Amino acid sequence: MTAMKKTVVCAAAALACSAVLADEIRNYRAEAVAMMKRDFKTRGIATADRVHEDGLQAVCNRTSDNPPKDIAARLERDQLEAVKYPTDGKLMGDWKAGEKLAQSGRGMTWSDKAGVPGGGNCYNCHQISPTETSFGTIGPSLYQFGKIRGNTPEMQKYAYGKIWNAKAFNLCSAMPRFGHAGALTESQIKDLVALLLDPQSPVNSK
Amino acid sequence: MKQRLSTLMVAAVMTASFAAHAQQPAKKAPPPAKAAAPAKKEGITAEFEKFREVLEEDNPAELFEAKGEDIWKNKKGPGGATMAQCDLGLGAGVVKGAYVQMPRWFADVGQVMDAERRIVHCMVKYLGYKEEDIRKQPFSNDQRTPDHVSVITYVAAQSRNLKIAAPQKHAKEIEAYRIGKEIFAYRAGPYDFSCATCHGDDGKRIRTQDLPNLRKPAEAVKAYQGWPGYRMTGGFMLTQQWRMNDCFRQQRFPEPTYLSDSITALLAYMTVTANGQVYKGPGIKR
Ligand code: HEC
Ligand code: HEC
Repeated sequence: MTAMKKTVVCAAAALACSAVLADEIRNYRAEAVAMMKRDFKTRGIATADRVHEDGLQAVCNRTSDNPPKDIAARLERDQLEAVKYPTDGKLMGDWKAGEKLAQSGRGMTWSDKAGVPGGGNCYNCHQISPTETSFGTIGPSLYQFGKIRGNTPEMQKYAYGKIWNAKAFNLCSAMPRFGHAGALTESQIKDLVALLLDPQSPVNSK
Repeated sequence: MKQRLSTLMVAAVMTASFAAHAQQPAKKAPPPAKAAAPAKKEGITAEFEKFREVLEEDNPAELFEAKGEDIWKNKKGPGGATMAQCDLGLGAGVVKGAYVQMPRWFADVGQVMDAERRIVHCMVKYLGYKEEDIRKQPFSNDQRTPDHVSVITYVAAQSRNLKIAAPQKHAKEIEAYRIGKEIFAYRAGPYDFSCATCHGDDGKRIRTQDLPNLRKPAEAVKAYQGWPGYRMTGGFMLTQQWRMNDCFRQQRFPEPTYLSDSITALLAYMTVTANGQVYKGPGIKR
Protein backbone atom coordinates (compact mmCIF):
# COMPACT_ATOMS: atom_id res chain seq x y z
CA MET A 1 0.00 0.00 0.00
CA THR A 2 1.39 3.40 -0.88
CA ALA A 3 1.86 6.09 1.73
CA MET A 4 -0.72 8.13 -0.17
CA LYS A 5 -3.44 5.49 0.20
CA LYS A 6 -2.57 4.98 3.85
CA THR A 7 -3.08 8.65 4.54
CA VAL A 8 -6.56 8.44 3.08
CA VAL A 9 -7.49 5.37 5.11
CA CYS A 10 -5.98 6.91 8.18
CA ALA A 11 -7.90 10.12 7.87
CA ALA A 12 -10.96 8.19 9.04
CA ALA A 13 -9.39 6.69 12.12
CA ALA A 14 -7.58 9.91 12.99
CA LEU A 15 -5.15 9.89 15.91
CA ALA A 16 -4.58 6.20 16.67
CA CYS A 17 -3.76 5.63 13.06
CA SER A 18 -1.18 8.37 12.76
CA ALA A 19 0.96 6.72 15.41
CA VAL A 20 0.93 3.44 13.50
CA LEU A 21 1.68 5.22 10.26
CA ALA A 22 4.68 7.08 11.64
CA ASP A 23 6.01 3.81 12.96
CA GLU A 24 5.64 2.02 9.65
CA ILE A 25 7.24 4.76 7.63
CA ARG A 26 10.25 4.86 9.90
CA ASN A 27 12.92 2.57 8.55
CA TYR A 28 14.61 1.06 11.59
CA ARG A 29 16.63 -1.24 9.37
CA ALA A 30 18.29 1.67 7.62
CA GLU A 31 18.85 3.39 10.97
CA ALA A 32 20.45 0.22 12.34
CA VAL A 33 22.78 -0.04 9.37
CA ALA A 34 23.79 3.62 9.66
CA MET A 35 24.45 3.13 13.37
CA MET A 36 26.63 0.06 12.77
CA LYS A 37 28.61 1.88 10.10
CA ARG A 38 29.36 4.49 12.73
CA ASP A 39 30.17 2.13 15.58
CA PHE A 40 32.18 -0.71 14.01
CA LYS A 41 35.91 -0.31 13.48
CA THR A 42 38.59 -2.26 11.68
CA ARG A 43 40.48 -4.62 13.93
CA GLY A 44 43.17 -6.87 12.45
CA ILE A 45 41.87 -8.59 9.34
CA ALA A 46 38.24 -7.76 10.22
CA THR A 47 37.89 -4.54 8.27
CA ALA A 48 35.15 -1.98 8.90
CA ASP A 49 33.68 -2.46 5.42
CA ARG A 50 32.41 -5.88 6.48
CA VAL A 51 29.28 -4.26 7.91
CA HIS A 52 28.18 -3.38 4.37
CA GLU A 53 25.84 -6.10 3.07
CA ASP A 54 26.44 -7.55 -0.39
CA GLY A 55 23.60 -8.16 -2.87
CA LEU A 56 22.71 -11.63 -1.66
CA GLN A 57 22.87 -10.62 1.99
CA ALA A 58 20.66 -7.62 1.20
CA VAL A 59 17.98 -9.87 -0.34
CA CYS A 60 18.07 -12.28 2.62
CA ASN A 61 18.10 -9.42 5.15
CA ARG A 62 15.12 -7.71 3.55
CA THR A 63 13.02 -10.87 3.33
CA SER A 64 13.87 -12.40 6.73
CA ASP A 65 15.72 -15.18 4.86
CA ASN A 66 12.58 -15.98 2.92
CA PRO A 67 12.91 -14.49 -0.58
CA PRO A 68 10.22 -15.00 -3.24
CA LYS A 69 10.86 -18.32 -5.00
CA ASP A 70 11.51 -16.88 -8.46
CA ILE A 71 14.05 -14.37 -7.18
CA ALA A 72 15.76 -17.02 -5.07
CA ALA A 73 16.02 -19.37 -8.07
CA ARG A 74 17.59 -16.66 -10.24
CA LEU A 75 20.10 -15.60 -7.62
CA GLU A 76 20.99 -19.21 -6.82
CA ARG A 77 21.73 -19.73 -10.51
CA ASP A 78 24.03 -16.68 -10.49
CA GLN A 79 25.87 -18.04 -7.45
CA LEU A 80 26.21 -21.48 -9.05
CA GLU A 81 27.58 -20.06 -12.27
CA ALA A 82 30.33 -18.32 -10.29
CA VAL A 83 31.55 -21.52 -8.59
CA LYS A 84 35.14 -22.23 -9.69
CA TYR A 85 35.68 -25.95 -10.14
CA PRO A 86 39.26 -27.30 -10.19
CA THR A 87 40.83 -27.10 -13.63
CA ASP A 88 42.39 -30.55 -13.29
CA GLY A 89 38.92 -32.05 -12.97
CA LYS A 90 39.80 -33.86 -9.71
CA LEU A 91 37.33 -33.08 -6.93
CA MET A 92 38.54 -35.39 -4.16
CA GLY A 93 41.63 -34.82 -2.03
CA ASP A 94 42.80 -36.40 1.23
CA TRP A 95 40.08 -37.15 3.79
CA LYS A 96 42.59 -37.03 6.68
CA ALA A 97 43.50 -33.46 5.84
CA GLY A 98 39.77 -32.83 5.43
CA GLU A 99 39.06 -34.08 8.96
CA LYS A 100 41.64 -31.64 10.38
CA LEU A 101 40.08 -28.78 8.45
CA ALA A 102 36.58 -29.73 9.58
CA GLN A 103 37.80 -29.63 13.20
CA SER A 104 39.34 -26.17 12.96
CA GLY A 105 37.12 -23.25 13.92
CA ARG A 106 39.74 -20.72 12.91
CA GLY A 107 39.46 -18.14 10.21
CA MET A 108 38.30 -14.62 9.34
CA THR A 109 37.94 -13.26 12.90
CA TRP A 110 39.88 -10.26 14.17
CA SER A 111 41.98 -12.62 16.26
CA ASP A 112 43.08 -14.61 13.19
CA LYS A 113 46.27 -13.58 11.41
CA ALA A 114 46.37 -12.42 7.82
CA GLY A 115 47.72 -15.00 5.39
CA VAL A 116 47.27 -17.97 7.73
CA PRO A 117 44.92 -20.53 6.16
CA GLY A 118 41.68 -20.87 8.08
CA GLY A 119 39.68 -23.96 8.92
CA GLY A 120 36.24 -25.14 7.86
CA ASN A 121 34.30 -24.75 11.12
CA CYS A 122 32.30 -27.76 9.94
CA TYR A 123 31.97 -29.45 13.37
CA ASN A 124 30.60 -26.20 14.78
CA CYS A 125 27.44 -26.93 12.83
CA HIS A 126 27.50 -30.57 11.65
CA GLN A 127 27.92 -34.08 12.95
CA ILE A 128 30.51 -35.67 10.62
CA SER A 129 32.87 -38.48 11.72
CA PRO A 130 31.49 -40.87 14.35
CA THR A 131 34.61 -40.45 16.49
CA GLU A 132 33.90 -36.77 17.12
CA THR A 133 31.05 -36.41 19.60
CA SER A 134 31.50 -32.68 20.14
CA PHE A 135 29.55 -31.30 17.22
CA GLY A 136 27.00 -28.56 16.64
CA THR A 137 23.49 -28.89 15.28
CA ILE A 138 22.88 -25.76 13.21
CA GLY A 139 23.29 -27.91 10.08
CA PRO A 140 22.12 -31.49 9.41
CA SER A 141 24.20 -34.55 10.28
CA LEU A 142 26.67 -35.47 7.54
CA TYR A 143 27.51 -38.82 9.09
CA GLN A 144 27.32 -41.54 6.39
CA PHE A 145 26.98 -38.80 3.75
CA GLY A 146 28.83 -40.71 1.01
CA LYS A 147 27.29 -43.99 1.98
CA ILE A 148 23.77 -42.65 1.67
CA ARG A 149 24.26 -40.32 -1.29
CA GLY A 150 26.89 -42.27 -3.23
CA ASN A 151 30.34 -41.30 -4.47
CA THR A 152 29.34 -40.53 -8.04
CA PRO A 153 30.94 -37.72 -10.11
CA GLU A 154 27.66 -35.78 -9.76
CA MET A 155 27.76 -36.07 -5.96
CA GLN A 156 31.39 -34.97 -5.91
CA LYS A 157 30.47 -31.98 -8.00
CA TYR A 158 27.54 -31.18 -5.72
CA ALA A 159 29.62 -31.49 -2.53
CA TYR A 160 32.40 -29.35 -3.99
CA GLY A 161 29.91 -26.70 -5.15
CA LYS A 162 28.01 -26.76 -1.86
CA ILE A 163 31.18 -26.10 0.15
CA TRP A 164 32.40 -23.50 -2.37
CA ASN A 165 29.08 -21.67 -2.23
CA ALA A 166 26.28 -23.09 -0.06
CA LYS A 167 23.97 -20.31 -1.26
CA ALA A 168 24.05 -21.62 -4.83
CA PHE A 169 21.66 -24.34 -3.63
CA ASN A 170 19.80 -22.57 -0.84
CA LEU A 171 19.93 -18.80 -1.13
CA CYS A 172 19.68 -17.82 2.53
CA SER A 173 21.37 -20.88 4.04
CA ALA A 174 23.07 -20.43 7.41
CA MET A 175 26.19 -22.06 5.95
CA PRO A 176 28.99 -19.72 4.84
CA ARG A 177 30.14 -19.50 1.19
CA PHE A 178 33.64 -20.77 1.88
CA GLY A 179 35.13 -20.66 -1.62
CA HIS A 180 33.29 -17.52 -2.68
CA ALA A 181 34.45 -15.70 0.47
CA GLY A 182 38.04 -16.85 0.07
CA ALA A 183 37.82 -18.64 3.42
CA LEU A 184 38.90 -22.02 1.96
CA THR A 185 41.13 -22.78 -1.03
CA GLU A 186 40.47 -25.18 -3.86
CA SER A 187 42.72 -27.87 -2.38
CA GLN A 188 41.16 -27.49 1.07
CA ILE A 189 37.70 -27.95 -0.42
CA LYS A 190 38.87 -31.09 -2.23
CA ASP A 191 40.04 -32.52 1.09
CA LEU A 192 36.64 -31.80 2.60
CA VAL A 193 34.86 -33.45 -0.32
CA ALA A 194 36.99 -36.52 0.35
CA LEU A 195 36.06 -36.44 4.03
CA LEU A 196 32.39 -36.58 3.06
CA LEU A 197 32.54 -38.98 0.11
CA ASP A 198 35.66 -41.16 0.17
CA PRO A 199 34.65 -44.74 1.01
CA GLN A 200 37.77 -44.90 3.25
CA SER A 201 36.69 -41.87 5.29
CA PRO A 202 35.36 -42.64 8.80
CA VAL A 203 32.25 -40.69 7.77
CA ASN A 204 31.31 -43.66 5.62
CA SER A 205 32.52 -46.48 7.87
CA LYS A 206 29.99 -48.93 9.22
CA MET B 1 33.99 -15.69 56.18
CA LYS B 2 36.55 -18.39 56.96
CA GLN B 3 33.99 -21.00 56.02
CA ARG B 4 33.28 -19.08 52.83
CA LEU B 5 36.92 -18.80 51.84
CA SER B 6 37.52 -22.50 52.30
CA THR B 7 34.52 -23.29 50.13
CA LEU B 8 35.89 -20.91 47.54
CA MET B 9 39.21 -22.68 47.58
CA VAL B 10 37.55 -26.01 47.01
CA ALA B 11 35.69 -24.34 44.19
CA ALA B 12 38.93 -23.03 42.75
CA VAL B 13 40.46 -26.50 42.71
CA MET B 14 37.36 -27.92 41.11
CA THR B 15 37.46 -25.11 38.59
CA ALA B 16 40.97 -26.00 37.62
CA SER B 17 40.09 -29.63 37.09
CA PHE B 18 37.03 -28.70 35.10
CA ALA B 19 39.10 -26.40 32.93
CA ALA B 20 41.53 -29.19 32.19
CA HIS B 21 38.68 -31.49 31.38
CA ALA B 22 37.01 -28.93 29.17
CA GLN B 23 39.96 -28.88 26.84
CA GLN B 24 39.52 -32.48 25.89
CA PRO B 25 35.94 -33.03 24.89
CA ALA B 26 34.51 -36.38 25.89
CA LYS B 27 35.40 -38.86 23.19
CA LYS B 28 33.83 -41.97 24.56
CA ALA B 29 31.18 -43.95 22.80
CA PRO B 30 30.56 -43.07 19.16
CA PRO B 31 26.93 -42.16 18.60
CA PRO B 32 24.62 -44.76 17.09
CA ALA B 33 24.49 -44.81 13.31
CA LYS B 34 21.40 -42.71 12.86
CA ALA B 35 22.06 -40.25 15.68
CA ALA B 36 21.28 -36.87 14.15
CA ALA B 37 21.78 -35.17 17.48
CA PRO B 38 22.43 -36.78 20.84
CA ALA B 39 20.15 -35.86 23.70
CA LYS B 40 20.86 -32.35 24.85
CA LYS B 41 22.88 -31.71 27.98
CA GLU B 42 25.25 -34.55 27.49
CA GLY B 43 28.80 -34.81 28.69
CA ILE B 44 30.49 -31.57 29.44
CA THR B 45 27.36 -29.47 29.47
CA ALA B 46 25.63 -31.66 32.04
CA GLU B 47 28.75 -31.80 34.15
CA PHE B 48 29.09 -28.05 33.98
CA GLU B 49 25.47 -27.49 34.97
CA LYS B 50 25.84 -29.73 38.02
CA PHE B 51 29.05 -28.03 38.94
CA ARG B 52 27.58 -24.58 38.54
CA GLU B 53 24.82 -25.42 40.99
CA VAL B 54 27.37 -26.38 43.62
CA LEU B 55 29.45 -23.30 42.99
CA GLU B 56 26.60 -20.84 42.98
CA GLU B 57 25.76 -21.65 46.58
CA ASP B 58 28.94 -19.79 47.40
CA ASN B 59 29.48 -17.67 44.38
CA PRO B 60 33.04 -16.49 43.68
CA ALA B 61 31.47 -13.44 41.98
CA GLU B 62 30.96 -12.22 45.56
CA LEU B 63 34.64 -11.31 45.85
CA PHE B 64 34.24 -8.84 42.97
CA GLU B 65 30.91 -7.71 44.36
CA ALA B 66 32.62 -6.79 47.63
CA LYS B 67 35.34 -4.86 45.82
CA GLY B 68 32.72 -3.02 43.78
CA GLU B 69 30.73 -2.17 46.90
CA ASP B 70 33.82 -0.70 48.48
CA ILE B 71 34.43 1.51 45.44
CA TRP B 72 30.78 2.54 45.28
CA LYS B 73 30.54 3.43 48.98
CA ASN B 74 33.99 4.66 49.91
CA LYS B 75 35.98 5.82 46.94
CA LYS B 76 36.26 9.58 46.49
CA GLY B 77 36.93 11.42 43.28
CA PRO B 78 38.43 14.88 42.76
CA GLY B 79 36.68 17.32 45.09
CA GLY B 80 35.35 14.49 47.23
CA ALA B 81 32.61 13.32 44.85
CA THR B 82 31.30 9.78 45.35
CA MET B 83 29.06 7.33 43.53
CA ALA B 84 26.28 8.42 45.91
CA GLN B 85 25.74 11.15 43.31
CA CYS B 86 25.35 8.66 40.49
CA ASP B 87 21.80 8.29 39.21
CA LEU B 88 21.25 4.85 37.69
CA GLY B 89 17.72 5.82 36.77
CA LEU B 90 15.98 5.49 40.13
CA GLY B 91 17.48 8.58 41.79
CA ALA B 92 20.96 9.62 42.95
CA GLY B 93 22.73 6.81 44.77
CA VAL B 94 19.86 4.30 44.45
CA VAL B 95 21.30 0.92 43.52
CA LYS B 96 18.58 -1.55 44.47
CA GLY B 97 16.66 -2.65 41.39
CA ALA B 98 18.55 -0.31 39.05
CA TYR B 99 20.39 -3.01 37.08
CA VAL B 100 17.24 -4.77 35.89
CA GLN B 101 15.75 -1.47 34.73
CA MET B 102 18.41 -0.61 32.19
CA PRO B 103 18.95 0.11 29.30
CA ARG B 104 16.95 3.29 29.86
CA TRP B 105 16.80 6.91 28.78
CA PHE B 106 18.98 9.31 30.77
CA ALA B 107 17.90 12.92 30.29
CA ASP B 108 21.14 14.35 31.75
CA VAL B 109 23.16 12.97 28.84
CA GLY B 110 20.33 12.73 26.31
CA GLN B 111 21.06 9.05 25.62
CA VAL B 112 19.77 5.57 26.21
CA MET B 113 22.42 3.76 28.24
CA ASP B 114 22.85 0.17 29.33
CA ALA B 115 24.10 -0.55 32.86
CA GLU B 116 27.77 -0.84 31.93
CA ARG B 117 27.70 2.38 29.95
CA ARG B 118 25.97 4.29 32.74
CA ILE B 119 28.27 2.99 35.45
CA VAL B 120 31.41 3.88 33.47
CA HIS B 121 29.88 7.30 32.81
CA CYS B 122 29.46 7.85 36.56
CA MET B 123 32.92 6.55 37.46
CA VAL B 124 34.44 9.02 35.00
CA LYS B 125 32.22 11.87 36.13
CA TYR B 126 32.40 11.42 39.90
CA LEU B 127 35.44 9.30 40.69
CA GLY B 128 37.84 10.79 38.15
CA TYR B 129 38.50 7.63 36.13
CA LYS B 130 39.78 8.41 32.65
CA GLU B 131 37.49 7.23 29.89
CA GLU B 132 40.40 6.67 27.49
CA ASP B 133 42.06 4.36 30.02
CA ILE B 134 38.92 2.32 30.49
CA ARG B 135 38.39 2.08 26.73
CA LYS B 136 41.96 0.90 26.19
CA GLN B 137 41.31 -2.35 28.07
CA PRO B 138 37.65 -2.53 28.97
CA PHE B 139 37.40 -6.29 29.57
CA SER B 140 38.87 -8.53 32.23
CA ASN B 141 41.52 -11.13 31.59
CA ASP B 142 43.46 -13.50 33.82
CA GLN B 143 45.79 -10.63 34.75
CA ARG B 144 43.18 -8.14 35.91
CA THR B 145 39.52 -7.35 36.46
CA PRO B 146 39.12 -3.59 35.98
CA ASP B 147 37.40 -1.57 38.73
CA HIS B 148 34.35 -0.77 36.63
CA VAL B 149 33.69 -4.50 36.20
CA SER B 150 33.67 -4.93 39.99
CA VAL B 151 31.28 -2.00 40.36
CA ILE B 152 28.99 -3.53 37.71
CA THR B 153 29.06 -6.80 39.64
CA TYR B 154 28.07 -4.96 42.83
CA VAL B 155 25.26 -3.06 41.12
CA ALA B 156 23.99 -6.20 39.41
CA ALA B 157 23.94 -8.09 42.71
CA GLN B 158 21.60 -5.44 44.15
CA SER B 159 18.99 -6.60 41.63
CA ARG B 160 19.23 -10.24 42.61
CA ASN B 161 15.83 -11.99 42.48
CA LEU B 162 14.10 -8.96 40.99
CA LYS B 163 12.11 -8.97 37.78
CA ILE B 164 13.73 -7.63 34.64
CA ALA B 165 11.85 -4.46 33.75
CA ALA B 166 13.65 -2.45 31.08
CA PRO B 167 11.45 0.58 30.42
CA GLN B 168 9.79 1.20 27.03
CA LYS B 169 8.25 4.59 27.76
CA HIS B 170 10.56 7.18 26.25
CA ALA B 171 10.58 7.34 22.44
CA LYS B 172 14.33 6.76 22.46
CA GLU B 173 13.92 3.60 24.56
CA ILE B 174 11.48 2.23 21.99
CA GLU B 175 13.83 3.28 19.21
CA ALA B 176 16.75 1.45 20.86
CA TYR B 177 14.68 -1.74 21.06
CA ARG B 178 13.57 -1.51 17.42
CA ILE B 179 17.08 -0.81 16.13
CA GLY B 180 18.51 -3.59 18.31
CA LYS B 181 16.02 -6.01 16.79
CA GLU B 182 17.29 -5.08 13.31
CA ILE B 183 20.95 -5.42 14.31
CA PHE B 184 20.17 -8.87 15.70
CA ALA B 185 18.89 -10.08 12.33
CA TYR B 186 21.43 -8.28 10.12
CA ARG B 187 23.58 -10.67 8.07
CA ALA B 188 26.88 -9.44 6.71
CA GLY B 189 30.59 -10.18 6.66
CA PRO B 190 32.54 -12.99 4.98
CA TYR B 191 30.48 -15.76 6.62
CA ASP B 192 27.06 -14.08 6.08
CA PHE B 193 26.33 -14.44 9.81
CA SER B 194 23.91 -12.50 12.01
CA CYS B 195 23.14 -13.07 15.67
CA ALA B 196 20.09 -14.98 14.47
CA THR B 197 22.25 -17.49 12.56
CA CYS B 198 23.40 -18.87 15.90
CA HIS B 199 20.64 -17.66 18.24
CA GLY B 200 17.48 -17.64 16.12
CA ASP B 201 16.24 -21.22 16.45
CA ASP B 202 15.37 -23.60 19.25
CA GLY B 203 17.65 -26.30 20.59
CA LYS B 204 20.77 -25.60 18.50
CA ARG B 205 24.38 -26.02 19.55
CA ILE B 206 27.85 -24.95 18.44
CA ARG B 207 29.95 -28.00 19.34
CA THR B 208 28.68 -28.82 22.85
CA GLN B 209 27.63 -25.27 23.72
CA ASP B 210 23.89 -24.69 23.84
CA LEU B 211 22.74 -21.67 21.88
CA PRO B 212 19.78 -19.87 23.41
CA ASN B 213 17.08 -18.75 20.97
CA LEU B 214 17.33 -15.11 21.99
CA ARG B 215 14.19 -14.11 20.10
CA LYS B 216 12.05 -15.97 22.64
CA PRO B 217 11.33 -14.43 26.06
CA ALA B 218 12.07 -17.63 27.98
CA GLU B 219 15.53 -17.84 26.42
CA ALA B 220 16.29 -14.14 25.91
CA VAL B 221 16.72 -14.08 29.67
CA LYS B 222 20.04 -15.88 29.05
CA ALA B 223 21.40 -12.57 27.78
CA TYR B 224 20.93 -11.36 31.35
CA GLN B 225 21.07 -14.46 33.54
CA GLY B 226 24.47 -15.09 35.05
CA TRP B 227 25.92 -11.86 33.66
CA PRO B 228 28.19 -10.42 34.74
CA GLY B 229 29.68 -13.89 35.00
CA TYR B 230 32.65 -15.39 36.77
CA ARG B 231 34.76 -17.15 34.19
CA MET B 232 35.50 -20.57 35.61
CA THR B 233 38.41 -21.18 33.30
CA GLY B 234 40.21 -17.96 34.22
CA GLY B 235 38.97 -16.65 37.55
CA PHE B 236 37.75 -13.22 36.46
CA MET B 237 34.46 -11.44 35.76
CA LEU B 238 33.05 -10.84 32.30
CA THR B 239 30.20 -8.48 31.45
CA GLN B 240 27.43 -8.34 28.87
CA GLN B 241 29.49 -5.87 26.84
CA TRP B 242 32.26 -8.48 26.65
CA ARG B 243 29.77 -11.14 25.55
CA MET B 244 28.51 -8.91 22.73
CA ASN B 245 32.09 -8.13 21.69
CA ASP B 246 33.07 -11.78 21.53
CA CYS B 247 29.95 -12.81 19.64
CA PHE B 248 30.65 -10.13 17.02
CA ARG B 249 34.14 -11.59 16.76
CA GLN B 250 32.68 -15.04 16.12
CA GLN B 251 30.28 -13.45 13.68
CA ARG B 252 33.35 -12.31 11.69
CA PHE B 253 32.29 -8.67 12.02
CA PRO B 254 34.65 -5.76 12.64
CA GLU B 255 34.90 -4.71 16.29
CA PRO B 256 32.06 -2.73 17.84
CA THR B 257 33.19 0.34 19.74
CA TYR B 258 32.96 -0.26 23.50
CA LEU B 259 29.84 1.32 25.04
CA SER B 260 28.47 2.29 21.63
CA ASP B 261 24.84 2.87 20.62
CA SER B 262 24.78 -0.37 18.62
CA ILE B 263 25.56 -2.47 21.68
CA THR B 264 23.10 -0.56 23.87
CA ALA B 265 20.44 -1.16 21.20
CA LEU B 266 21.18 -4.90 21.06
CA LEU B 267 21.04 -5.15 24.85
CA ALA B 268 17.78 -3.18 24.86
CA TYR B 269 16.28 -5.63 22.36
CA MET B 270 17.26 -8.71 24.34
CA THR B 271 16.45 -7.21 27.74
CA VAL B 272 12.99 -6.02 26.74
CA THR B 273 12.33 -9.45 25.23
CA ALA B 274 13.22 -10.91 28.64
CA ASN B 275 11.14 -8.41 30.64
CA GLY B 276 9.12 -9.93 33.45
CA GLN B 277 11.53 -12.73 34.23
CA VAL B 278 13.50 -12.93 37.44
CA TYR B 279 17.19 -12.00 37.38
CA LYS B 280 19.15 -14.26 39.68
CA GLY B 281 22.23 -12.05 40.01
CA PRO B 282 25.85 -12.30 38.87
CA GLY B 283 26.74 -15.88 38.07
CA ILE B 284 29.22 -18.28 36.64
CA LYS B 285 30.14 -18.87 33.01
CA ARG B 286 32.55 -21.34 31.60
C1 HEC C 1 27.16 -21.96 10.47
C2 HEC C 1 26.84 -23.34 10.30
C3 HEC C 1 27.48 -24.15 9.22
C4 HEC C 1 28.83 -24.35 8.99
C5 HEC C 1 30.00 -23.69 9.69
C6 HEC C 1 28.90 -25.33 7.95
N1 HEC C 1 27.66 -25.70 7.56
FE1 HEC C 1 27.20 -27.09 6.12
N2 HEC C 1 25.23 -26.66 6.35
C7 HEC C 1 24.69 -25.83 7.28
C8 HEC C 1 23.24 -25.82 7.15
C9 HEC C 1 22.26 -25.01 8.00
C10 HEC C 1 22.92 -26.71 6.10
C11 HEC C 1 21.51 -27.07 5.61
C12 HEC C 1 20.93 -25.97 4.78
C13 HEC C 1 21.55 -25.93 3.43
O1 HEC C 1 21.46 -26.94 2.70
O2 HEC C 1 22.19 -24.95 3.09
C14 HEC C 1 24.20 -27.22 5.61
C15 HEC C 1 24.32 -28.12 4.56
C16 HEC C 1 25.51 -28.73 4.19
C17 HEC C 1 25.62 -29.73 3.16
C18 HEC C 1 24.49 -30.26 2.29
C19 HEC C 1 23.86 -31.44 2.97
C20 HEC C 1 22.88 -32.18 2.06
O3 HEC C 1 22.14 -32.98 2.60
O4 HEC C 1 22.89 -31.96 0.85
C21 HEC C 1 26.94 -30.10 3.10
C22 HEC C 1 27.55 -31.13 2.17
C23 HEC C 1 27.64 -29.32 4.10
N3 HEC C 1 26.74 -28.51 4.74
C24 HEC C 1 28.99 -29.42 4.34
C25 HEC C 1 29.70 -28.55 5.19
C26 HEC C 1 31.13 -28.56 5.34
C27 HEC C 1 32.08 -29.53 4.66
C28 HEC C 1 31.44 -27.56 6.20
C29 HEC C 1 32.82 -27.08 6.63
C30 HEC C 1 33.63 -26.57 5.57
C31 HEC C 1 30.19 -26.93 6.59
N4 HEC C 1 29.16 -27.55 5.97
C32 HEC C 1 30.11 -25.85 7.47
C33 HEC C 1 25.38 -25.08 8.21
C34 HEC C 1 26.76 -25.00 8.30
C1 HEC D 1 28.86 -18.19 15.10
C2 HEC D 1 27.89 -18.34 16.12
C3 HEC D 1 27.49 -17.14 16.96
C4 HEC D 1 27.06 -15.91 16.51
C5 HEC D 1 26.99 -15.39 15.09
C6 HEC D 1 26.66 -15.18 17.69
N1 HEC D 1 26.84 -15.94 18.81
FE1 HEC D 1 26.26 -15.47 20.70
N2 HEC D 1 27.07 -17.21 21.38
C7 HEC D 1 27.71 -18.15 20.61
C8 HEC D 1 28.30 -19.15 21.47
C9 HEC D 1 29.11 -20.36 21.00
C10 HEC D 1 27.99 -18.77 22.80
C11 HEC D 1 28.40 -19.46 24.08
C12 HEC D 1 27.32 -20.37 24.54
C13 HEC D 1 27.71 -21.06 25.84
O1 HEC D 1 28.58 -20.57 26.54
O2 HEC D 1 27.08 -22.09 26.12
C14 HEC D 1 27.21 -17.55 22.69
C15 HEC D 1 26.67 -16.89 23.79
C16 HEC D 1 25.86 -15.77 23.71
C17 HEC D 1 25.17 -15.17 24.82
C18 HEC D 1 25.21 -15.65 26.26
C19 HEC D 1 24.27 -16.77 26.49
C20 HEC D 1 24.34 -17.30 27.89
O3 HEC D 1 23.70 -18.33 28.13
O4 HEC D 1 25.03 -16.74 28.73
C21 HEC D 1 24.49 -14.09 24.33
C22 HEC D 1 23.62 -13.14 25.12
C23 HEC D 1 24.77 -14.01 22.92
N3 HEC D 1 25.59 -15.05 22.57
C24 HEC D 1 24.30 -13.03 22.09
C25 HEC D 1 24.67 -12.89 20.75
C26 HEC D 1 24.37 -11.74 19.95
C27 HEC D 1 23.57 -10.53 20.39
C28 HEC D 1 24.91 -11.96 18.72
C29 HEC D 1 24.97 -11.03 17.53
C30 HEC D 1 25.81 -9.87 17.76
C31 HEC D 1 25.54 -13.27 18.76
N4 HEC D 1 25.41 -13.78 20.02
C32 HEC D 1 26.16 -13.88 17.68
C33 HEC D 1 27.73 -18.19 19.23
C34 HEC D 1 27.37 -17.13 18.40
